[in-house]
Amino acid sequence: MKIRVLGSGCAKCKTLEERIRHLAEKHQLPIEVEKVTDLQEIMKYGILMTPGLVIDGVVKSVGSIPKDDQLLTWMKGAS
Amino acid sequence: MKKLIEQHPISTTVILLILWIALYIALQPLADAVISLTWLVPGEHLTEALRFFVFEVPKVLLLLTLVVFAVGIVRTYFSPERTRTLLGGKSLFVGNVLASVLGIVTPFCSCSAIPLFIGFVEAGVPLGVTFSFLIAAPMINEIAVVLLFGLFGWQTALLYVSTGLLIAITAGYVIGRLKVECFVEDWVYQIHSNTAEMEEIIPSFRDRIQSGFEAVKEIVAKVWPFLLVGIGVGAGIHGYVPENFMASLMGKSVWWSVPVAVLIGVPLYSNAAGIIPIVHALLEKGASLGTTLAFMMAVIGLSLPETIILRKVLKMPLIFIFVGVVATGIIMVGYVFNVVY
Repeated sequence: MKIRVLGSGCAKCKTLEERIRHLAEKHQLPIEVEKVTDLQEIMKYGILMTPGLVIDGVVKSVGSIPKDDQLLTWMKGAS
Repeated sequence: MKKLIEQHPISTTVILLILWIALYIALQPLADAVISLTWLVPGEHLTEALRFFVFEVPKVLLLLTLVVFAVGIVRTYFSPERTRTLLGGKSLFVGNVLASVLGIVTPFCSCSAIPLFIGFVEAGVPLGVTFSFLIAAPMINEIAVVLLFGLFGWQTALLYVSTGLLIAITAGYVIGRLKVECFVEDWVYQIHSNTAEMEEIIPSFRDRIQSGFEAVKEIVAKVWPFLLVGIGVGAGIHGYVPENFMASLMGKSVWWSVPVAVLIGVPLYSNAAGIIPIVHALLEKGASLGTTLAFMMAVIGLSLPETIILRKVLKMPLIFIFVGVVATGIIMVGYVFNVVY
């Protein structure tokens, strides 16, 4: 499973990335986390707010930090 | 607490509201009681500065909490995506008005200014209309409006909203008329995002209340240090600066005060919560309303960090046009208010 966190350096983007890495480690999920900071790359997903959360190519959330249990459901869902 | 909110959001809200009102009513006696417990002599500089601080900090914090909560709920009814759909294909003037109004209620953070800008332009929202949104969103900030309401009354709050709207509408309209599309970085037009429609989940009212509480947690936690510093400076001015001292510097008879206030305000960056207590103290000491409003709008509405972020999508000439047009608008508003009041 591949997770991309889209965001060019806002506070929320960093928090989201940390949260996901932390969860992946804690539950030992085989997940590849990538932070995307390149604007052109980010804009390909057509989001209007950062951070954007993309799981296996699908935009899951925009502009907010989803709750841990929601994140976990997504992270466990497809792996 | 968290559990209570999750399980009984509505009744918890009602109880908290009652507590809020009780606290708000008790503020002045409490503040006076705290001051009278000290050895300080009433009327002295330090006493009055402290009294201001002890009263204003909880008051502004209370107001802030309530407003952020309410706005947090209101914002769940709006999203940038929906705003973009509303603005697409609108004519210049109508679009500018609509964009400015939507700028007030749509969730916005300056770190999202770039994706928003690109997303709007790409969806065919005219450049001038996009600018109206980008000007109104940070400037007519709900925090600013409600603090103005709490500290100065509804007239000042209304004044601020209407002048802010006026500036956002006209500045966007002027930029739209100037035909500056060529000064947008080329790569912006080359992006073709797959605007795959995200399924929109319509939240329940309970969810919306939750969002309100989350907004409080997030924003109040971020803003309170600014508030403390802002009110601290305000308290210093309140206690130590002589009455009418500001009249000679920021009074209406001083013709250069408005542009200078804007020049000082632009590079300064503070959020609304930090600047308003200072504004409060300035007004109290004889600074004129027009000059003070101009200063405040320049600080909140035109910020250096946001301009630097915008540089990624705008070429230098357009950056100057943007700052120039908005600053001119603010200066004009300042003069008008100095003449009228």
